[in-house]
Amino acid sequence: MISPMPKLTRKDFQTDQEVRWCPGCGDYAILASIQKVMPELGIPREKIVFISGIGCSSRFPYYMNTYGFHTIHGRAPAIATGLKATRPDLHVWVVTGDGDALSIGGNHLIHVLRRNVDVKILLFNNRIYGLTKGQSSPTSETGKRAKSTPYGSIDQPFNPVQLALGAGASFVARSIDVDGPHLQGVLHRMAKHRGAALLEIYQNCNVFNDGAFASLTNKGTKAINQLRLEHGKPLIFDEGRKGIRLAGLQPEVVDLGEGGASEAELLVWDEKAAPALSFLLAGMGGGFPTPVGIFRAEERGIHHELELEQQATVQKKQGQGDLAKLLRAGDTWVVE
Amino acid sequence: MESQPSRSLPTTQTQTQKESREVDTVTIRFCGDSGDGMQLSGSEFTRASAIAGNDLQTFPDFPAEIRAPAGTLAGVSGFQIQFSRHPVFTPGDMPDVLVAMNPAALKANLGDLRKGGTLIVNQSAFIDANLKKAGYASNPLEDGSLEGYQVHPIEISKLTDAALHGSGLSTKEIARSKNMFALGVMLWLYQRPLDPILQNLRRKFAKKEKILAANEKVLLAGHAFGETAELFERSFEVKAATIEKGLYRNVSGNQALAMGLIAATQLSGLKGFFGSYPITPASDILHELAKHKEFGFTTFQAEDEIAAVASAIGASFGGSLGITSSSGPGIALKQEAINLAVMTELPLLVIDVQRGGPSTGLPTKTEQADLLQVLFGRNGESPVPVVAACTPSDCFEAALEAARIAIRYMTPVFLLSDGALANGQEPWRIPDVKNLRPIEVRMRTDPQGFLPYQRDDSTLARAWVAPGTPGLEHRIGGIEKDASTGAVSYDPQNHERMVRLRAEKVARIAQEYPRLMVEGSPEGELLVVGWGSTYGSIRAAVDELRKKGRQISHLHLRNLNPLPRDLGEVLGRFRKVVVPELNLGQLSQILRSTYLVDAKGINKVQGKPFQVGELVARFEEELS
Repeated sequence: MISPMPKLTRKDFQTDQEVRWCPGCGDYAILASIQKVMPELGIPREKIVFISGIGCSSRFPYYMNTYGFHTIHGRAPAIATGLKATRPDLHVWVVTGDGDALSIGGNHLIHVLRRNVDVKILLFNNRIYGLTKGQSSPTSETGKRAKSTPYGSIDQPFNPVQLALGAGASFVARSIDVDGPHLQGVLHRMAKHRGAALLEIYQNCNVFNDGAFASLTNKGTKAINQLRLEHGKPLIFDEGRKGIRLAGLQPEVVDLGEGGASEAELLVWDEKAAPALSFLLAGMGGGFPTPVGIFRAEERGIHHELELEQQATVQKKQGQGDLAKLLRAGDTWVVE
Repeated sequence: MESQPSRSLPTTQTQTQKESREVDTVTIRFCGDSGDGMQLSGSEFTRASAIAGNDLQTFPDFPAEIRAPAGTLAGVSGFQIQFSRHPVFTPGDMPDVLVAMNPAALKANLGDLRKGGTLIVNQSAFIDANLKKAGYASNPLEDGSLEGYQVHPIEISKLTDAALHGSGLSTKEIARSKNMFALGVMLWLYQRPLDPILQNLRRKFAKKEKILAANEKVLLAGHAFGETAELFERSFEVKAATIEKGLYRNVSGNQALAMGLIAATQLSGLKGFFGSYPITPASDILHELAKHKEFGFTTFQAEDEIAAVASAIGASFGGSLGITSSSGPGIALKQEAINLAVMTELPLLVIDVQRGGPSTGLPTKTEQADLLQVLFGRNGESPVPVVAACTPSDCFEAALEAARIAIRYMTPVFLLSDGALANGQEPWRIPDVKNLRPIEVRMRTDPQGFLPYQRDDSTLARAWVAPGTPGLEHRIGGIEKDASTGAVSYDPQNHERMVRLRAEKVARIAQEYPRLMVEGSPEGELLVVGWGSTYGSIRAAVDELRKKGRQISHLHLRNLNPLPRDLGEVLGRFRKVVVPELNLGQLSQILRSTYLVDAKGINKVQGKPFQVGELVARFEEELS
């Protein structure tokens, strides 16, 4: 009989390493949420691997008492792909940042998503380079003044959710560092998703880009600026006072209640909707609230499963590989 | 022979009415447009020669463009074979016979043909338009410029057309069959067996009956032409070579390498993972491995060179044998990731099939100019073992050796091949699988007293722990590690200790090497030191001089890092040391700096292997 797994707690996932993020960094809150969620997943600790690239966020594996691999800049998705392809039994998480995932590692990110490798990617987006002390990043807003862009960034930023949707990701979500309950809810969902999952976490860098997401987290402004995506529910925000309606291909903000629009007119959120709709919402800019939650969750063929299926099909047809037979394949002749 | 249905094999007894003369060794080059199928003619001739029992080596030479404009010099593709009744170490210097399918092929290759050599040309292609494209002012078949060669013009295109008249094939398909005519003529001229060629055609075109029938017909027409046309006075015969008993096949370096990698996984019991990105001349390794999913070997065509190596590192971290392959430009891209494997001390095989550089260089040509790149092309003090294969079939053994080192010493290992080995072919005595030594793998599973960077006393290797092992959860990474706990450490003393430990670990690999074997006298006047694919040319040149009684010896290095412990002593026993290399002097630089010997380079960077003749001449100079 298999003995039941001992119940793990948050403490089981903490390491003896001193956490070395700046005091007040949003990473602490994310770490706390993940350490809370991990024991709730019911997965043995040794079966969990955290893989990271380079950057502040990528220190993460050192603080998780699981298997961990702090790799090189941008390459964590590729390393995770090789690991998952050969070890389907492992639960592989990738921790990355906006520079790591979207600049130097952009190619690996889109390919791990298109291949639907069964890894869970946590993208800590603080819209700045922190570890190298304050240069603009691929998610910094146009005009951003940073050390490398003293006159303002001239580049248009990436929208990570839109990028992931464009790459064909089967699970795309967004959450916020300090919103523990929401973040933990999304973490549970992505852990259960079969296939590649990308979660963009808005994370405050209080040293180099403080307050980047303040309008979404401050008590006074949060309600009007944040839109919760909930599957099967109409898009309502500002404590029930406003909603999102589609006018053709344009979303619009409508007032609800007396004299305003009715709930029936609002867009009802569907995680399995055509990716174009998710793309539309993810791109809502000025005058619109910022959506958080699950933009897309639709399962499809998984990389390692498809590969193993092919191997099994070939083995069924040809039998297990036989080295002697392989070496003797083709024309041979005997010298006597 | 009893009568058989028309689709069965014709007899291989190519009884000829004409006289046949015995010769020892022949070098033939087939050349034509890259779309003319010369690689196929060449490899089929090779198949027949191998089965006839000759020792042989081949070397294909093709342009970087898949189909350069037809008829131009840029589009000329060639295939050279040397076959003999004696041991053969190279694909031959100057061809004795040149088969040229068009004026451009003639122009590009005539300079290499031995004086007085045989020239077989497709006369049909020597029309004004083609002559102009090749830059001929007048037709060389008519203007006397080929005097001094034995010229045999054959209307290959016209005879092919005639043979396939009414076959229902398109003009294009008919034109494509002319390589079979040329092959048929050559098979007759050298009395090669037809059976293996016909069998292979049947395999290849099993589902294309019309094409198969056409190829067979044209091949036999070419063969019959040789016999009946009054062009050739006689055919030639090259008797079987006396070679070691056993079961043989032909193998190219890339094929042998792929089989070596599969063998390494079978002998170690590890799952194989091959992450690769297409690049000439390494791609065939990926193609070969991708065919063999029955071994549970995972091939992964990555999005780029970096992902290819990174995914292999991920696989090794997971307890599999991670392998990646590329050529020079791709290796440059992989180096940062290779350093991650150096730092985290994970086994990894990195195959570099070298080609002409720098930058894109000469993608389809051979060179040995990546030695310094693989030794020193990474940041920091970064020791990586290097193993170099020396013949196409040796790629099998070299792959096994590289895998053994990687696993036993927990380190990335470079395996060097090159364009000449990758595409060159030779007969290979197929090893008995039972005699292949198993590769020992020791995965740590015991949590008692575990420290991630604790080392084995003899090899200094750290333990390999696969994730999934309960109680051994730990973190590794590219930041400097504490010498025992593996925790992040910025301590200056610890860093120096770790740098020295990594160097010492790699240096200890030399304790596994057998003693160096010098070909020829163990001491004396001149030692030739080589590595990699130059083995054959050096060996043949040294043999030739030794037969003349010259004091010359040959040492070929397989392990380029760490160098063998007895190398300094061997070098010291000779008055002079020369190092032929297809680069500007990379090994010679290492030998000079390591052993303070006056190692002199013999260097060539033309995208081509050394010719035996040129080495003989250079060695003579050193001896005089």
